[in-house]
Amino acid sequence: MELQAVLMAAGGGSRMTDLTYNTPKPMLPVGNKPLMWYPLNLLERVGFEEVIVITTKEVQKMMATDPKMKIDVKMKLDVVCIQEDGDMGTADALRHIQQKIKTDVLVVSCDLITDVALHEVVDLFRAHNATLAMLMSNAHEFTETVPGQKGKKKTAEQRDFVGVDQSGKRLLFMANEADLEDGLSIRKSIMRKHPRMHIKTGLVDAHLYCLKKAVVDFLADNKSISSIRGELVPYLVRKQFSKTTNSPKIKDDNLKQLLISSRDEPLLQLAQERSCWNDHRGDMSEAYHGGKLRCYVHIIDQGLCCRVNTLAAYIEANRLAPKLFEEPAVHPSAVISERCQMGSDSIIGALCQVADKTSIKRSTLGNSTTVKEKVKVTNSIIMHGVTIEEGCNIQGSVICSNAVIGRGADLKYCLVGNGQRIEPEGEVHSHKHTK
Amino acid sequence: IKEEKQRLRKEKKQQKKNKEKKDEKASHESEKKKNKEEKPVSAAAPASQPPTQPSTQKAVPAPAPVPVPVSETPALADKPAKTKADLKAERRARQEAERASKQAATSKPKAPPNELQPVVKRLPEHVQVDNPGVLKKLAKKLERQQIPLRLDYGYKVSLFSHLHQYSRKAPLTQQLSIPSTVIHPAIVRLGLQYSQGIVAGSNARSVALLHAFKQVIRDYTTPPNEELSRDLVNKLKPYISFLSQCRPLSASMGNAIKYIKKEISNIPSQCKEEEAKRKLLSCIDCYIDEKIILAAKAIAKSSIEKISNGDVILVYGCSSLVNHILCEAFEKNIKFRVIVVDSRPRLEGREALRRLVQRGISCTYVLISAVSYILPEVSKVFLGAHALLANGYVMSRVGTSQIALVAKAFNVPVLVCCETYKFCERVQTDSFVSNELDDPDDLIVTRKGKTQLEHWQDVPSLGLLNLVYDVTPPDFVDLVITDLGMIPCTSVPVVLRVKNVDQ
Repeated sequence: MELQAVLMAAGGGSRMTDLTYNTPKPMLPVGNKPLMWYPLNLLERVGFEEVIVITTKEVQKMMATDPKMKIDVKMKLDVVCIQEDGDMGTADALRHIQQKIKTDVLVVSCDLITDVALHEVVDLFRAHNATLAMLMSNAHEFTETVPGQKGKKKTAEQRDFVGVDQSGKRLLFMANEADLEDGLSIRKSIMRKHPRMHIKTGLVDAHLYCLKKAVVDFLADNKSISSIRGELVPYLVRKQFSKTTNSPKIKDDNLKQLLISSRDEPLLQLAQERSCWNDHRGDMSEAYHGGKLRCYVHIIDQGLCCRVNTLAAYIEANRLAPKLFEEPAVHPSAVISERCQMGSDSIIGALCQVADKTSIKRSTLGNSTTVKEKVKVTNSIIMHGVTIEEGCNIQGSVICSNAVIGRGADLKYCLVGNGQRIEPEGEVHSHKHTK
Repeated sequence: IKEEKQRLRKEKKQQKKNKEKKDEKASHESEKKKNKEEKPVSAAAPASQPPTQPSTQKAVPAPAPVPVPVSETPALADKPAKTKADLKAERRARQEAERASKQAATSKPKAPPNELQPVVKRLPEHVQVDNPGVLKKLAKKLERQQIPLRLDYGYKVSLFSHLHQYSRKAPLTQQLSIPSTVIHPAIVRLGLQYSQGIVAGSNARSVALLHAFKQVIRDYTTPPNEELSRDLVNKLKPYISFLSQCRPLSASMGNAIKYIKKEISNIPSQCKEEEAKRKLLSCIDCYIDEKIILAAKAIAKSSIEKISNGDVILVYGCSSLVNHILCEAFEKNIKFRVIVVDSRPRLEGREALRRLVQRGISCTYVLISAVSYILPEVSKVFLGAHALLANGYVMSRVGTSQIALVAKAFNVPVLVCCETYKFCERVQTDSFVSNELDDPDDLIVTRKGKTQLEHWQDVPSLGLLNLVYDVTPPDFVDLVITDLGMIPCTSVPVVLRVKNVDQ
C-alpha cells in the first residue's frame, strides 16, 4: 500500500463560532453538502478506497444520519473518536492512531474544498523521496461583505512567511508572524545552499500533507509536538538544514529513521551517485546538497482551493463549491413555483418549497426550507429547515438552520443563528442575531 | 505452414507427457538463445499459443507477444513444457529436413547451431508508432495490464514520426489512482524519476531498476496455488510496461530484466518462499556488484594504463563510468587535464564538470560547437556508451558520433568505455530507426526575458526535435575498454557469442 488517508474532522471552528456553536464544523452545509464531504469526495475521486476519519462522537452520530454521507461516499470510513475538549491537536491525533498507520500518510483537513490535481503533490512526494509534501494556494481577497461585521474592517490575520527555492517546489523556510518577534532571520547555511529564495506571504495553507511513516513514528516519541501545521511542519522545514541532521553521527534514533529512504539504502545511494542529475547548479554540492530530509510544496495559482475556517471563507465556499460538481442546481424534489425568478447560480436543496413571485439570486437554500411569496433572497445562505415568511428581503446574510424569519423582515448582511426568530417587519442591518 | 502447425498440435495432444529432462533443458536453452536475439522465431509462435493466450493470431507470421514473454514459456511447469519440448524437437527435425532440401537460410550468422529455420524479422513496438495497428495492440495490452496509455505530444518531425514523443508535464501518474494499487509504489516512484530525468544515465537507471525490483520482491507474497517462479515473472510484466511508458527502456535495463527473469524462472518449485526471496535478493546484489561495481573497477584499472602524464583528455557529457575512471586516475597521481564538452538541451557536462573539479582535476569547459577548435590540444578522447551494438556500433548520447568523427579527422584516439552488461544484440547502422525522442519543450529557452520558441506549436511548418541517442560507427572508435579487457570495436559480436554460450 502506498498511502493511507487521514481526515482530521475534530476541529472546532474557533474562528466562526456563530456558525459552529450548534453545528460542528465538519457538518456545516456548504452547497447543501456537509463540509467534510468535499475532502472525502476529493480522496474518492483520486482513487482512495479507505480513509481514517478522526472526529468527535457528535460528528460521528451526525454522519450516520446524514443522507449525503451515507449514499455518496463509497469509501470505507474508519472513524476514530476523540474527546471534544479541544486539547488534542492534529499531531496528537496522529499520535493517537499511530498503531493504524502502516505506511506513508496523506493528512487532509475536513475544511478543505479544492479541485487540485492531487497527483501533483503526491508526485513531489514520490519523485524526490520527500519527508513532507504539502499544498498551498495563492490566495485571493474575499470580496463579499461579511455579515455581522459593521463596516469593512478586516481582522488582522497573522501572516505566514513561506520561503521557497527558485523552482518554487522546495520548502526552505516557514514561520508565522507571531513567532517572529525580532524579525525574520534566515540561517546562513540555507543562504549558502539556496542563494535565491522567494518569500511569499499571501499563501493559503491547504492543510494537506503527505508525510512519511517515519514522521508518525517520530511523533510518537516526541510528545511535545501537538499541531501539525503549527509545530511539526516548521520543525521539519528547519531540520532540513540543521547541522545535526546532516552530520554522519546522529544520536537521536528517531531522527535517524526519518533520514532513511529505503530498506536498501546503499543501493539507492549508488543510483543517485551514478545519475547525472542535480536539483541545483552553481555550487559544488551533489543533488539535494546531500540532505536526506526534504520538504516540498506545491503552490497552485489557478483553480479552487479554499479553507473554510472563517465566516468569510464559508460564504465564499458556498458560492464556489457548487461549481465543483455537476449535480443540478435545483434538487429534483424541491417544489418551485413557476413564477419564481431564480438565477442560475443558486442552489435549492431537497424538499424545498418556493412560492410565487419570489426572487432567489446567488443564494443557497438548504433542505426542507420554505420560502413564501414575494420574498427576495440575494447573495445569501439559507441553511436547512428555515422558514421565510412573505415579503421578506434578505440580502448578503447567513440564516442558520431552523430559523424563522417573520413577515416583511428586511435583513441586510446579517447572521441569524440556529433556531432564532426574526420578528415580522423587523429591520436588521449588519447584525449577528444569535442567542 | 498452417497445416503443419495444425498437424503438430494434434500430434502433441496424442503424445505422452513423459519426457527426459535433457530434452527439456536443451529446448529451454535453445529457446532462450532464440529469445535473446529478439527474433520472433516462427517456432516460438505456436509454442507460446497452447500454454498462453488462445487468442494469439495464427495467420500472422509475426506474432503479437513481445519477445520477453516468450522467454517465460520455458519456465512453465512440467506438463505443458514437456509437450512444448516435444513440439520443438519435432519441428527442429522437420525444419532441418526442409532446410536440407530447400537450401534456403536467411538466419543471421550468429544464430545458435541448432536453429536453422528461416526467421521472420519483427520490429519492436516502440519504433512503429506511426502504425495504427501496432498502436492498437499496444493499447489493448496496456488495458489488459491495467496500465494507462501515455499519449504522444506535439508535432513530430516526419523522419522520426515512428517514435514516441512524450511531454514531461504530462506524467503517467495523472491517470493512475493515488494510492497506486495496480503498480507497486516503488515502481511508480521509479517511473516518475525516469520521466522527470531525476535518474538518468545508463548505470543509474539499471541500479535504480534493480533497487525497485528488490522492493517488489520483498513485498511479494505468493498467492495460493501459484508458483513463485511463474507468478512473480507475471507480476513484473505490467511493471515493465509501465516503466517503458514512462521512458523507453535502455539496453542495460533490458539485460538486467532478462537476467532477473531468468533467475526467477530458475527457482526450483520446492524452494520455500522466504528462501527464494532471499536468494533473489542476493542474486540482484551479486549482479550489481559484478556487472557494475567491479566492472567499473576493472575498466578503471585498464584505462589508467592508457592515461599518461601530460595528457589532455576530452570527455563528452556526463558518463558515470568515464568520471569514475578520471577520478581513479587522479588518485593515482597521474598529471592530466580534462576538457569537458557539453551540448544543449541537457547540458549534462555541467554535472560532469562539477564532479571532476570537486576532486581537484583541472578542467576546461566548451560547447560542442567548439570541438573542432579545441581538438588540436587533445591527446585522447574518452567516451561513455549507452549500449554497444552487435555490429560494433556504439550507441551513446547524441553528439558522440560528432565528436568521434572530428577526433578521427584530427587523428586523436577515441576510447569507448563500456561494461559488458550493456552489450546488446541489436544491429543498427543509423540513428533514425531506433532512437528516443525527448520532450520538445526542453529546447525552449528564455534569454533576456524573451522566449522565442514559446508558441512553436502554432507555427505549422515548425517542428522541434530533441533526440537522445546516436550511433557511432566502429571505424571512428579505436578501442573499447570493457571489464573483459581492451577489445577493438569489431570484436563485440565475439564477446556476445561468448556471453551467450556461458549462460
